[in-house]
Amino acid sequence: MTDNTSDGPMLAADGTPLKKSLARALRLQKMRALMLIAPLLLFVLFSFIIPIFSMLSRSVENSIVVETLPLTVTELQAWNADSGELPDEPVYAAFVADMVVAIDAKRHTRLGTRLNYEQTGMSSLFRKSGRKIKRMDPEADAPFKEKLIDVDKKWGDVETWRVIKTHSPTITNGYFLNAVDMRRTPEGAQSQPEDKQILVKLFGRTLIMSLIITGSCILLGYPVAWILANLPMRTANVLMILVLLPFWTSLLVRTSAWKVMLQQQGVINEVLVWLGMVADDSRLVMINNQTGTIIAMTHILLPFMILPMYSVMQTIQPTYLRAAKSMGATNWTAFWRVYFPLSIPGIGAGSILVFILAIGYYITPEIVGGTKGVFISNRIAYHISSSLNWGLAAALGTILLVVVLILYWAYDKIVGIDNVKLG
Amino acid sequence: MAALTPISRKPMSLVLPTVAASGGLLGLFVGTANNSGFLGIVIGAAIVTALAALYIFALKNEQMAKWISILVFVALGYVFGGIPGAILGAIAGWFFHWFTYWMYEGRYRQRLLPYLTPGQVLWHYGFRVICGAIFVFLITPILVVMPLSFNSQDFFTFTPEMLRFEAEGYSLKHYQDFFTNNEWQRSFKNSLIIAPIATVISVSLGTLAAIGLSQSHVPGRRAIMAIMISPMIVPLIISATGMFFFYSSIGNWMEGTLGLSKNFVGYIKVILAHAVLGIPFVIITVTATLVGFDRSLTRAAANMGANPVTTFFRVQMPLILPGVISGGLFAFITSFDEVVVVLFVGSASQKTLPWQMFTGLREQISPTILAVATILVVISIALLTTVELLRRRSERLRGMSPG
Repeated sequence: MTDNTSDGPMLAADGTPLKKSLARALRLQKMRALMLIAPLLLFVLFSFIIPIFSMLSRSVENSIVVETLPLTVTELQAWNADSGELPDEPVYAAFVADMVVAIDAKRHTRLGTRLNYEQTGMSSLFRKSGRKIKRMDPEADAPFKEKLIDVDKKWGDVETWRVIKTHSPTITNGYFLNAVDMRRTPEGAQSQPEDKQILVKLFGRTLIMSLIITGSCILLGYPVAWILANLPMRTANVLMILVLLPFWTSLLVRTSAWKVMLQQQGVINEVLVWLGMVADDSRLVMINNQTGTIIAMTHILLPFMILPMYSVMQTIQPTYLRAAKSMGATNWTAFWRVYFPLSIPGIGAGSILVFILAIGYYITPEIVGGTKGVFISNRIAYHISSSLNWGLAAALGTILLVVVLILYWAYDKIVGIDNVKLG
Repeated sequence: MAALTPISRKPMSLVLPTVAASGGLLGLFVGTANNSGFLGIVIGAAIVTALAALYIFALKNEQMAKWISILVFVALGYVFGGIPGAILGAIAGWFFHWFTYWMYEGRYRQRLLPYLTPGQVLWHYGFRVICGAIFVFLITPILVVMPLSFNSQDFFTFTPEMLRFEAEGYSLKHYQDFFTNNEWQRSFKNSLIIAPIATVISVSLGTLAAIGLSQSHVPGRRAIMAIMISPMIVPLIISATGMFFFYSSIGNWMEGTLGLSKNFVGYIKVILAHAVLGIPFVIITVTATLVGFDRSLTRAAANMGANPVTTFFRVQMPLILPGVISGGLFAFITSFDEVVVVLFVGSASQKTLPWQMFTGLREQISPTILAVATILVVISIALLTTVELLRRRSERLRGMSPG
């Protein structure tokens, strides 16, 4: 050994330099770890991360106009949308040629639906005109300008052509503008008419209600976490069951339980009427509105607040409080200046977790929220499954996801993902 | 905390007003139920004070006092509210007797530090009452569902017969409906097919990955962790829509190219989707178990000639098994409880129990839901007990103090 250290690099048992041999061992170790992780990582990437991003990419994707009306879009390039004059004959000819192909493939109604999101009436315009254009021949029946205007006078309206031209690029910000109650027009982004402005309000409501839910979870969770952390272990474990049982109970069970409790004929109202605190004809309305959503979701998310708070409070030494009091602090000062600051990490962890979960909730608002208590998630579900405006759903989803990911990042910074504890 | 403070009897000027106030509070409820809150307060306070005075000055026998209070309040309760009133009365009677002696003998000071001021004592118990109320808030909804599921009528609320504890107010017909109705049975069976398979997938992949992540040199550990936990964080509706588009194209490919039956493909889609959702829970619990794992054990095994596979199954696995099982239970409950993704990814033939409950709650309100809910609560109590036992076992195995 002494020889090796003096004349040259240290050698391992097999004669290779120790440094090299260690590096190889490290590399092997890294490889082995990655091999163990790889199957799951690939599974999550391919069946979760990529599908979500491809879904979200629908929020800017807009190739339907170009694919359905390729010739028209090219011809419309030359037309000045602001001139106030109708496009010339070549545009109309190209349009008929495109439409004949599209009608054959039955794609024109889909385009109509797409453009209808931007301007009402487009859907029926495409459907009705489709039937008549079908009989035209792109070669023989020229010129088309007059004929098309005969088919439907909207083809003689500059606005129709402006809508087609505005929405012809393959990448659009139109859905995002829709998602914040604006719309894409030839003059740039403009706000929607008053009666269509619901989404910003809905985002605001989702945020405010999530904050209220987080706040009430803090208010209710803090005393419980405190008492769990300060009672003797045996008692605390028994009381912990009362926290964990709701946590383990099916979400739908808890939601249906709240439906049973909060209804007009439900348990709470019946008890209040029986006690004479509420008159029979003026029962409290606690369901199908915001109150219902807030009460039910506070109950459902409360364990997610209590558990992180509890694990932080367990580590706070009770001697700190006694030390503060021995130095003359009142109960309140000792709590506020010593205990509370130490418990803030628990509050932070719980609040972010509850807020993240609350902001994307779907099931509970759908069942107990009525029309006034729904969240942005319910709107996304509506656009995916009922109105089929997938682009708008994707745009709303992207905004929601960005908010959640920022919070997730903050959570990782403050708490660390590996420190999440369950049960 | 054992008895810390020597206790002494309290003066009447403290005991009687406190007891009277508590009696008045009960009287207020009974009074408002009978249209006169004020009269209720006065009568309630008077009765309770009279009883307290009787015990303290005349009777001096705690056992007898207990039975007198219970009898008086049962009688009062029966007059005002029939049998349920009598039962509440018995509870109230027991409480007032206990409360009177608790105050009078000064027992409330017994477990507290001797130097606390009266204000601090009041706050101590006031705080416990607040916490008690929050615990009641947590547990009541779950408890309320259980008796309602035995309702003999199709109501979501307590019927007068149930409150009078008459036998005809109760029945098992909602349970019977659950066990005989085809739709409920099919959805229950679907849940029992989907959840275990999804659990097995997420547990096996998740455990491997957690072991990989716990090695000392993993490049990009934080990023990998963040990706694997993301299914828990991303709002379910976004996951559901993303998976909806992804699995419909995968499903078409499997049906078209591989020629699998539509039904089978449907199950594969839902199972894979649920497996992804369960993964974060497995990762979190297994990594938490591995934190306390003593690495010298695997080295010792290797030293004695065991290859990595033997080491894993004979040394590492038995030690982390509790964590793996509780991760598996979390994954199971996630899948068993999941609605949003199955609504989007599955088709009618993969309808699971939560889906059936969801439609039941939205459209045709049937009390069978409450029977199902009760069964699910019982299942979750069983799961909770298992997890708790496993956690203790795991801590024992790792030489930590049992929590």
